Amino acid sequence: MALSEQEILAGLGEIVDEIAGVPADEVTPEKSFVDDLDIDSLSMVEIAVAAQDKFGVEIPDDQLKDLKTVQDVINYVHKNAS
Amino acid sequence: MQLPEPVTGARILAFGGYQPDNVVTNDDLAQVMDTNDEWIRSRVGIISRRIAGPEETVTDMAVAAAGKAIAGSGVSPADIDLVIVATCSTEAPIPNASASVASRLGIHAPGAYDLNAACAGFCYGLANASDAIRAGSARNVLVIGSEKMSAWIDPEDRSTRIIFADGAGAAVVGPVENPGDEPGIGPVVWGSAGAIADRIVIKDRTSFLVQEGQSVFRWATTELHPTALSALDQAGVKVEDLAAFVPHQANLRIVEALARKIGVPRERVADDIQYAGNTSSASIPLALARMTEHGELPSGSPALLMGFGAGMCYAAQVITVP
Repeated sequence: MALSEQEILAGLGEIVDEIAGVPADEVTPEKSFVDDLDIDSLSMVEIAVAAQDKFGVEIPDDQLKDLKTVQDVINYVHKNAS
Repeated sequence: MQLPEPVTGARILAFGGYQPDNVVTNDDLAQVMDTNDEWIRSRVGIISRRIAGPEETVTDMAVAAAGKAIAGSGVSPADIDLVIVATCSTEAPIPNASASVASRLGIHAPGAYDLNAACAGFCYGLANASDAIRAGSARNVLVIGSEKMSAWIDPEDRSTRIIFADGAGAAVVGPVENPGDEPGIGPVVWGSAGAIADRIVIKDRTSFLVQEGQSVFRWATTELHPTALSALDQAGVKVEDLAAFVPHQANLRIVEALARKIGVPRERVADDIQYAGNTSSASIPLALARMTEHGELPSGSPALLMGFGAGMCYAAQVITVP
């Protein structure tokens, strides 16, 4: 069964908390990773790798650069989850 | 036809390191480009780095490091018969650095070649040295990593200028003391990923180094730990017995992520990058030279080395600390 947007958001919150130390409740859809959550480019790679493990969706580097907000990642995972 | 009697194993007799005098701090860089100390420390873990003078060459630095290694080894230059310089940043294609280095150190007519496996070069050279000694092609081998990366860095490119630096590290390698003694250099596990070689490039002799930071970071932190674990397994050494894990000092965050994947506690992980920067093939022997000089590595204990970088070449092996 496909994950709901809420489930992806919750999972992403856990990942961001673990990798960047940003509390999960601050990870809301409209937030920009770089500007609002102060996450740098290498942490974004770690988040992409962790998201791959958690959701089974690969996020290659050339796609990663277009994922600016939390909602962008939710959409990407939602669309590409098998 | 006949072959010489094989030797049971090779070992490292001594390390030597050399860093240029010119210290460039993060604050120095903040004077000339849009960056600051906190930003650099959090992203790459570097506090300061050394940059060679305009006249200082890869060969000069190699001679300085190797001179210290030879002095510490107890081996006479006359008894060294192979010199390998791992480098990817020489000023000129010809002559190679190794023959000139040997001549300046008073090593008479050794086999001499430069080796380009970029940041994995020292580990490749160590493997070549061990195999040459075991096969009887050489008695004692000088292995050097020497780089003047600053010559290939765009002064306007913040992403590379904060990371790369200059320096040299060397090891004198010889046979085990007595036939049948345990080897001091374990089996090398090496490889390359040429399909993604475009991630770190110096296009031609007039170009600067360009790297895709995110891509390299992902590769290094997700693809390389099996190689390190395999090197431990093949050497018959357990990760908990390691005195140190000394990976290429690419970026402190890569170093720490690799160590977590391999299972080495942070206090046993080399973090020489803080005051040396990323010196490509020189980073591993430079770290080992400093750590042994400061008594951080007990003689006789095992250390895991792992080089990785452009190519994308990688190699790992266990050594016994001299």
